Amino acid sequence: MLEALKPYKEKLPKKILAELDEKLEKISSQTRQKKIIEAVYEQYNNAKVEAGESVGLVSAESIGEPGTQMTLNTFHFAGVSEMNVTVGLPRIIEILDGRVNPKTPMMEIYLNKPFNKGEDIKKLALAIKETKLVDVTKEFQVNIVESVIEIVLDKEKMKELAITDNTVIKGLTKNLKGFAIKHKGNVIMLKYRGKEEAINEIYKAKEAIKTVFVKGIKGIKQVLPVKRGEEFIIVTAGSNFKDILELEEVDETRTVTNNIDEVGSVLGIEAARQTIINEVNKVIENQGLNVDSRHVMLVADTMCVAGELKGITRYGVVNEKASVLARASFETPIKHIINAALVGEVDYLTSVVENVMLNQPVPVGTGLPGLVTKIK
Amino acid sequence: MTDVYVNGRFTGTVEDGREFVNNARSERRRGNLTDNANLYYNELSDEVFVECGRGRARRPLIVVKDGQSSLTEQQIKQLEKNEIGWNDLVKQGTIEYLDAAEEENTLVAFFDHELTPEHTHLEIMPLTMLGLTTALVPYGNFNQSTRLNAGSKNQKQALGFYAANFSLRMDMDVNLLQYSQKPIVNTIMHEISDYDKHPAGQNIVVAIMSYEGYNMEDAIILNRGSVDRGLGRSTYFRPAIAEELRYAGGLVDEVCVPDKEVKGYKAERDYRFLEEDGIISPESAVAEGDVIIGKTSPPRFLSSLDEYNLAAATRRESSVAMRHGEEGIVDFVLITENEEGNKLIQVRIRDQRIPEIGDKFTSRHGQKGVVGLIVNEEDMPFSSSGIKPDIIFSPHGIPSRMTISHLIELVGGKVGALAGRYINGTTFDAENIDDLRKELVSLGFAENCTETLFNGHTGEMFTARIFVGNMYYMKLKHMVANKIHSRARGPIQLLTRQPTEGRAKEGGLRLGEMEKDTFVAHGASLLLKERFDSDKTIVPVCEECGLIAIHDEFKNKSYCPICGDNVEITNIEMSYAFKLMLDEFKSLGIYTKLQLKYKY
Repeated sequence: MLEALKPYKEKLPKKILAELDEKLEKISSQTRQKKIIEAVYEQYNNAKVEAGESVGLVSAESIGEPGTQMTLNTFHFAGVSEMNVTVGLPRIIEILDGRVNPKTPMMEIYLNKPFNKGEDIKKLALAIKETKLVDVTKEFQVNIVESVIEIVLDKEKMKELAITDNTVIKGLTKNLKGFAIKHKGNVIMLKYRGKEEAINEIYKAKEAIKTVFVKGIKGIKQVLPVKRGEEFIIVTAGSNFKDILELEEVDETRTVTNNIDEVGSVLGIEAARQTIINEVNKVIENQGLNVDSRHVMLVADTMCVAGELKGITRYGVVNEKASVLARASFETPIKHIINAALVGEVDYLTSVVENVMLNQPVPVGTGLPGLVTKIK
Repeated sequence: MTDVYVNGRFTGTVEDGREFVNNARSERRRGNLTDNANLYYNELSDEVFVECGRGRARRPLIVVKDGQSSLTEQQIKQLEKNEIGWNDLVKQGTIEYLDAAEEENTLVAFFDHELTPEHTHLEIMPLTMLGLTTALVPYGNFNQSTRLNAGSKNQKQALGFYAANFSLRMDMDVNLLQYSQKPIVNTIMHEISDYDKHPAGQNIVVAIMSYEGYNMEDAIILNRGSVDRGLGRSTYFRPAIAEELRYAGGLVDEVCVPDKEVKGYKAERDYRFLEEDGIISPESAVAEGDVIIGKTSPPRFLSSLDEYNLAAATRRESSVAMRHGEEGIVDFVLITENEEGNKLIQVRIRDQRIPEIGDKFTSRHGQKGVVGLIVNEEDMPFSSSGIKPDIIFSPHGIPSRMTISHLIELVGGKVGALAGRYINGTTFDAENIDDLRKELVSLGFAENCTETLFNGHTGEMFTARIFVGNMYYMKLKHMVANKIHSRARGPIQLLTRQPTEGRAKEGGLRLGEMEKDTFVAHGASLLLKERFDSDKTIVPVCEECGLIAIHDEFKNKSYCPICGDNVEITNIEMSYAFKLMLDEFKSLGIYTKLQLKYKY
């Protein structure tokens, strides 16, 4: 590090220090170097948020106001029918509420070197897609007299999806109890083994086996190979981050999902924080609005500080507030007041809402500094 | 077989739906079936719908037979001689009313010469597609439909000569336009609706130009000279009503000049207009707070007997007084009896309303605007012939709204005023604009209706020629005098000690949650506190138990009802709403202990 930079080691962030270090090397004059560093330090201090600035409220308003201009409802994904994405206000609400199951989970799967060229990408995509029994059958028949369910397999579809009869039978044995499985040509016969006259049971079983998992990765409802730049990626509807990352063809460094909770449990809270920021920014950009990313970052931070994902709801972030009055002024006041009364909670009046209620100066801005001397 | 539904309910089947419907219709035209019934045959579903319920919008059309209008020359002659009328035509089956469903089975021609054998009906007039007020918009076919809507909505709010017997009526909250005129540019609907019997506007001179920025955003400039000569003057009537109610125990209200001993007696001055009978004398100029009808009522609660004996002495004041911010002249006093036989007094107060800044005016084309400035006559722009416009209308209101009829009315009005005749501006059936322009030239004005105007301040000629014409303008019922509102001090609510809400209660304007946020965002903490000081109170708090203590004014001593005298009691400033919340918690059995400490 340059000699002139040393006194600023603690005063400037690492990134700025590194940049200065690199750029200043070309300048030989010590005095000029010093001048530049001083100017940078001043600029850096000017850019800092002042103490007492109500950043949270400004963030809330800065995201909330453009939110009023957002379109409601979902848009259809370009090109493919039946594949739509939640965008606009509903998506923002979904993200900020910290919902575990988003309405339209999606993944963008990046692939490793040989696979991202586009050859056999369709095959790979279909291998990922969750296939249920109903997808590879022509018809289900119930023979009441013999208590048998006949499943007529669709050989063409099976060939397309590279599924053999055995995989189907394997899937059935795993998920079905109380039936004897017989296989004949493209027909699978399931004979009920229990007591006779159990028509109800058989009909129930007939409905149940339709959703028997045959092949692929659970939760991936649709796949769509897309060319992104030079390479091919797979966009999916439905998400199963953990299982997808385990595939050897998948580039686990770039593959993403929009399910924040999943990111949190697979990659950790920091990744979840970044996903919140990315997803919110995606919506804001999509709507042609302009919100400073730092507002979104602040929201993402508050959602993640606890080490687990917390939504901005009465069960999440708001529940963590220290003040009873602040919690009560949000939702379900009676619940909070009763609980506070039961344990004798103390409200130290440290934030805004409580002080507005009591008609005291709020501890932000000009209300923050106090006198050191006691007046008697 | 065709299913038949009557008023939406399945009733039976017929052999051939189309034939059935045709027969039923000709029976209806012959008068054998009520003309309230409408029949509709749906070819796709092969169903017949018969509707005769109420609430269907229907419109009249001339019946066409074999490509020939069933309205004969003979009938027209009879109509002209007034031998037959509309109802006769309906009875004869010449005109029939169709609802939305039956219209699906028809082919309607607009004009006589368009008729072919396929046509089933003929429009009486294109104007019939419009409603009454929309038909009052001249040259409406030059406009967007939204503007016609706006135009007719505005006309409904116009002040006018609403009833010839207005002086005998006791209407609540009505306005009467003085010097109302019938429009120069009119439509056939003006004639049909006897518009000249109840006109609602005035013909004035309008110049389309800017004026010192005071007619931005749809504002208009008024000529003070015109206002002084009576433009847009109106009278506002409001009645004051009092009734001698009877109460349990034979007690009764009494209209009188209240006695000074009466509970709630106002200042003596407030009763000064009352005559001996307790009612104000006509033509007295009253203002805020003046009593119009003096009245006393028996006391509110008559629980104990001793009070009962004293009842006469402790009567309550319940006079009717002028409301806050209102003034006027007592116009008419009526003493009568209501349905229950109680004495009823109605006093009508009249208030002359001279146009002022903020009053709302409109043309008939949805071009409403508020007065932005009233200019002295000598400062108005003028033409070489000395014409000064009554209203200056902003040109920026025209392009985006595309109200061409507004411009045409100006031309038509100018021609009409100069030639001394009325111009027919009926939608789809108006006088030709090109002819009007030619006539304008023959009257000595520019073909495009513009004139050279001169600056009223400097006398300099404007470089641009200004579009000047005559048009019909209306004053709308929204006047500042009824809406102006401000408060510095005023009444507060009993429960929360916060200011009341609404103009009628002289209330404050709420600084709401989101407005509060702006103060917080600015960090203006102390300003925010000051804003919310409207209900601040000082409460003595016991430092021992943290509950609200009592201050005894007589002994000038504070004590705690729980801990007694020998405790530290401190006066704390807080919002009354919070004190109320503490009390409510106490009533719930929640002990809210206040821990006091020095903030700094």
